[in-house]
Amino acid sequence: MEEFLVFDKVSKSFGDVQALKNVSLSVKKGEIFSLLGPSGCGKTTLLRVAAGFERPDSGRVYLDGEDITDIPPNRRKVNTIFQNYALFPHMSVWENIAFGLKVAGMPGARITEEVNRMLALVHMEDQARKKPDQISGGQKQRVAIARALINKPRVLLLDEPLAALDLKLRQRMIIELDSIHDEVGITFLFVTHDQGEAMSLSDQIAVMNEGNVEQVGTPVQIYEAPVSSFSAAFIGDANFFEGMVSRVEGADYSRLSIEGFPEVLCFNDQPRSQGDLVYLSVRPEKVRISRDRPRDDERVNMVEGAVEDVIYLGSHTRYWVRVDQYRLAVTRQHQRFQLDEKPVTWGDSVWLSWHADDGFMLQRYEEKDEDLLAFLPEGEE
Amino acid sequence: MREWLTSLPSFIWLTILFVIPTVLVFAVALKPADPFGGVGAGWTLDTFRDLGDPNYPAIVWRTLWMSVVATAVCLAAALPFAYYIARSDERLRPVLLMAVVIPFWTNFLIRIFAWKVLLHPEGLVKRLLVSFHLVSPDVSLMYNEGAVLMVLIYTYLPFAVLPIYAASEKFDFRLIEAARDLGCRKWRAFYSVFLPGISRGLWTAALVVFVPALGSYVIPDIMGGPASEMIGNKIAQRVFVDRNLPHASALSALLTIVVVLPMIVYLLRRGTGESGKHPVVEAGP
Ligand SMILES: Nc1ncnc2c1ncn2[C@@H]1O[C@H](COP(=O)(O)OP(=O)(O)O)[C@@H](O)[C@H]1O
Ligand SMILES: [Mg+2]
Repeated sequence: MEEFLVFDKVSKSFGDVQALKNVSLSVKKGEIFSLLGPSGCGKTTLLRVAAGFERPDSGRVYLDGEDITDIPPNRRKVNTIFQNYALFPHMSVWENIAFGLKVAGMPGARITEEVNRMLALVHMEDQARKKPDQISGGQKQRVAIARALINKPRVLLLDEPLAALDLKLRQRMIIELDSIHDEVGITFLFVTHDQGEAMSLSDQIAVMNEGNVEQVGTPVQIYEAPVSSFSAAFIGDANFFEGMVSRVEGADYSRLSIEGFPEVLCFNDQPRSQGDLVYLSVRPEKVRISRDRPRDDERVNMVEGAVEDVIYLGSHTRYWVRVDQYRLAVTRQHQRFQLDEKPVTWGDSVWLSWHADDGFMLQRYEEKDEDLLAFLPEGEE
Repeated sequence: MREWLTSLPSFIWLTILFVIPTVLVFAVALKPADPFGGVGAGWTLDTFRDLGDPNYPAIVWRTLWMSVVATAVCLAAALPFAYYIARSDERLRPVLLMAVVIPFWTNFLIRIFAWKVLLHPEGLVKRLLVSFHLVSPDVSLMYNEGAVLMVLIYTYLPFAVLPIYAASEKFDFRLIEAARDLGCRKWRAFYSVFLPGISRGLWTAALVVFVPALGSYVIPDIMGGPASEMIGNKIAQRVFVDRNLPHASALSALLTIVVVLPMIVYLLRRGTGESGKHPVVEAGP
């Protein structure tokens, strides 16, 4: 598939704040592309550049091969679902949805037909005459979707469309958005700070941080092979250890020396050399916890630690285990056959183990990476 | 019950300051005049018969159209200004608002007399206009409807700016972006989303200008001549010169009826005329 919506070296500053720093991205036709990153990283700004509300200081934006950088928002074939929906309060649901077609000068009979079709698509037929302040958040969301889609945009821009909804509704809307996307086949550019939303909806994710794109990839790539400590920490939980490459074993593996650990084996996702300073990152669910020492396996790393905390979370349990200066997060899914075992509990001495392929190394040279330890998942509980 | 209690203070306020005086005005209009400037005993419709004075329809008409024009011009001028303040930097807003309010620091009468000085045949404005050959030397800038209208607008413009500003400031300007996103040019977004969004402010501004303009008598008295009298002048004349309170009350009641009756009819029709059908979508760009 060809590139459809392209940002070419887009930069944008507001006063001293550099909201976008030379961002280049390309979105393919028909896909759901997510911009994922913490609040303030420039996601909304990039979306507003695509919509035409912000002019980039430098760089160009292309839609289907056409340079749209200087085209005003009303003449771009893109539509936006705003963070707060921005429904027109003085118009009914029906009038809100009809608005775009009315502005485009479509004859009344055809507008009625189209609006009714959209109302059916978003299951709002019986709410058509209500005003926006008489309907619920989820319904407003649907009206906003219908109001945008009725114009048959080439790209639908969604700015944290689910952020204002409660958890249950959010999960339902994710499914609904997905099915609407399947139905209309329009390209979605989806902004979110919620990795769960991005993971479950997207074909491609761009992880953004401080105006930069850190990584672009499929959800699996981003989760399993983050290229920066930022991606690793932001997407899912991760344990980080400061280490140094002490020996490179062939092309595929390195041995790391980490304070308080026996030598750790780790897969090289890129060429490493002896003496490299790295972070080793291991996701909590990749670590096994057991009372007994696991069987030796040259590809499995093992370390002994003491359980400091056990948090029961329904589908799984989160353990905090002390190993020297580190406090590791470990999660374990609940499974029937474990019920016979004596459960691991506070103060127990346990073995932690993980496969060499489940750790990943991140270059450690930038000072700002130091802050990332703040992303350790302690806040979660 | 609670709601009833909370609206009690404003109810009392309105009763004391609005309803009772209005009733009194109507009552006095139905009394005979007392030759010493007071109100006589008994009831009579004579005063209303006196309203048949052939001068009155012209004066009432002039009062109405001048007030309507003053209101329209004030709204049209206040709108861009209020919009501009609402969109300007938050630190700049108090300064701009202050600029709107500053004229109030000078006494109203002094400001009107200042206009008189400016428009005087020997005044600055007149001489400038003549020297640019924009008006001939024998055209008077004062003592006509134009002068009254201009000073009315000058006086009430700040009153129009404030409510429109208050509404604009609360307006969610993302709605304009939403309209642009849906294909509106700037102007269309302005009138189909912004104006309805601040309609309360516009109505308040209209009332705040229209009602005092209707009742104004100082401005036409100072700036106007015999051909630009407004009903306020007549009422003042009946009170202070003729010392005929019932007649003044009757005029005042007439004005009230002329203004309130159309409003009541409008409100009644709007209340019953709201149809439950789908909105009619007009075609065309
Ligand atoms: N109109 C603006 N004026 C000044 N600063 C802005 C403006 N819009 C965004 N910013 C700044 O740009 C940065 C990126 O903002 P934004 O794109 O809204 O981030 P996100 O949507 O990822 O939370 C932030 O630091 C924000 O404060
Ligand atoms: Mg945002």
